[in-house]
Amino acid sequence: MKLRISHETVYRYDRPIRNLVQSLRLTPSVFEGQKTHDWQIDVSGGVRGPGFRDGAGDWIEGWTVRGPVDEVTVRIAGRVDTRDMAGVLRGHREAIHPLTYLRNTAATMPDPGLRDLAHSVTGTADSLDLAHRLSAQISDRIAFRPGVTQSGTTAAQALALGEGVCQDHTHALASLARLRGMPARYVSGYLHSTVDGQADDAAHAWTEIHVEGLGWVGFDAANRCCPDERYVRLGSGLDAAEAAPIRGVALGSGSEQLDVRVRVEEMAQ
Amino acid sequence: MSCYNEMFEGDHVREPYARLREWVETMPDDFRQMKQAEAEALFRRIGITFAVYGEGGDPDRLIPFDMMPRVFEQAEWRRLERGIKQRARALNAFLRDVYGRGEIIRAGRIPARLVYQNDAYEKAVVGFVPPRGVYSHIIGIDLVRTAKDEFYVLEDNCRTPSGVSYMLENREIMMRMFPQLFRQNRIEPVDQYPDLLRRTLESVAPAKCTDRPTCVILTPGHYNSAYYEHSFLANLMGVELVEGQDLFVDGEFVYMRTTTGPKRVDVIYRRIDDTFLDPLCFRPDSMLGIPGLMDVYRSGGVSICSAPGAGVADDKAIYTFVPEMVRFYLGEEPILNNVQTWTLWKDDDYRYVMEHLGELVVKEVHGSGGYGMLVGPKSTKEEIEAFRAKIQANPSNYIAQPTLALSTCPTFVEEGIAPRHVDLRPYCLCGDRIELVPGGLTRVALREGSLVVNSSQGGGVKDTWVLSE
Repeated sequence: MKLRISHETVYRYDRPIRNLVQSLRLTPSVFEGQKTHDWQIDVSGGVRGPGFRDGAGDWIEGWTVRGPVDEVTVRIAGRVDTRDMAGVLRGHREAIHPLTYLRNTAATMPDPGLRDLAHSVTGTADSLDLAHRLSAQISDRIAFRPGVTQSGTTAAQALALGEGVCQDHTHALASLARLRGMPARYVSGYLHSTVDGQADDAAHAWTEIHVEGLGWVGFDAANRCCPDERYVRLGSGLDAAEAAPIRGVALGSGSEQLDVRVRVEEMAQ
Repeated sequence: MSCYNEMFEGDHVREPYARLREWVETMPDDFRQMKQAEAEALFRRIGITFAVYGEGGDPDRLIPFDMMPRVFEQAEWRRLERGIKQRARALNAFLRDVYGRGEIIRAGRIPARLVYQNDAYEKAVVGFVPPRGVYSHIIGIDLVRTAKDEFYVLEDNCRTPSGVSYMLENREIMMRMFPQLFRQNRIEPVDQYPDLLRRTLESVAPAKCTDRPTCVILTPGHYNSAYYEHSFLANLMGVELVEGQDLFVDGEFVYMRTTTGPKRVDVIYRRIDDTFLDPLCFRPDSMLGIPGLMDVYRSGGVSICSAPGAGVADDKAIYTFVPEMVRFYLGEEPILNNVQTWTLWKDDDYRYVMEHLGELVVKEVHGSGGYGMLVGPKSTKEEIEAFRAKIQANPSNYIAQPTLALSTCPTFVEEGIAPRHVDLRPYCLCGDRIELVPGGLTRVALREGSLVVNSSQGGGVKDTWVLSE
């Protein structure tokens, strides 16, 4: 698939900020499933800082904006050619040992509910099969429903609630996989949705589980599938906060308003 | 328990202490008391009242200073020095390896789990090699002595070991109070430490730094128990002492705010924990730290000492593998001994330890400061049983070691002079060279028979001498 992506994030501050520092994970990953062209990152009024590829294989770019300023726009535009790899992250160069992804953060910390669910899946010795079945459990147990959870909702809370958005599915599946001794991580990216979707759908997240012999494999429990050519992968972390495409700290006393617009369109052949 | 007395062998005085004997034995009681009061007044005036090694307790309490020095002769020290430097090289090689290809794990010498699932293993720095491949720039190695030529390492401190200001102050005060001792004995100096530390920090400046590197000490602030040491070292090194809010990231570099405008910073000697370095990388909820610092670090714009993630080398579980590191990376036999250690998450070790609790020292894996520790031979039956219950509740939180017969050194006490147990923490500097000033911090357990030298548990400090040839 040939996808054209535009992603605009506007921060508005009710009182001007003195300074803003951001760490952006906003460049598509390099692996056999996707190829990136003409990728552009721009932060309005910003100074491009250091750029480097980290141990997880993600391209990180630091930006600073000197104030006073009351509005900052992060603008991304580019094209990505994608291929369906059945969720397998083949040809991705990374240096971090998979066992590092067995640890939990507050967002993925297991509770009795997650423990019971993780161990309810029995009768399989094959780890790929186990991963699929854990993912199906999350799809069954957490219904997709926007607006009921927040960015701070944990996997345990989302499972108890039985509803959530892709972030909640991703956290919950990571937690289950880790409980079964399989390294797992949070992946952030884009999703081309063929139906007229909302902006929320285009900025997406899913789980990667490390399967012996195959490596990292993506599972999108929110959509009951594995990532295919509609998905564009940006980067990963132990949880949503770590894998966030934009992390930033503003120096100022006011409050912030956020406006995000993401479009992932298929280009005419 | 029979212990090695560092000064006496029966009635015979050992060589390094020969010249001190007369000084000690002819010192009138009232003179000693006067001098002791003078020493305390000096310490108070300097303001050196912090707890060593973050042990907690009253930060304004003075740590007792014992005027009787602890003495090494040249040959003893040279061997120790070789052992310490060897260990420092191995620890840095280990860090370089586990943040790179992990050869020691691939070779099956260290279990992968202990490294990659260790809380101190920092995945954000995997694949990044700091300048000169050095991760831990100041290594404090805690040693005890059990015989003339037998030293054991109790633990390695690879993050930000404290206490070096005591090494410097103890010497300063001894020289002021007893100048004649420094004429009678040829004692190697330690006051070059701040210069060596600065040189070490400058030698690991990032490649992007083209002028003389600007170094700073980053402190959590004056409420920190080691704040005195931070300001003391900054002062002696001639560098700025800064807090997180004094530094900021702009573009590719880190700057400090000064009265004459921003000044680029090349090397940060940080005395704060990894998690508080940068909210963009570690804890989003932390208001401490410098946003963007880790991006600048990982792209080679600034050096951080010790490197984030260096703590994985000084974990008590990793400790048991340090002799293996020496063999694996250096192809040498370890000069310093490790203490035999039972890890309670192993079934065999667990059984042995539970059957021998009364003979062993049991410690928490992540504990420090002599808290959460059982000294079997010094404990009552009740204390042992209470500790047994704690271990049973969470065995993997504990390690056990034999009770070592720590050496003693004569120490001034109420009744005159008496042997008390001591340990030693030398500070090894790693940059383009590996340096060790001849000396360190000697801690002494002031209570009779006590083996716990921690200041929070009644420990004191002594000046440590290395005699010239």
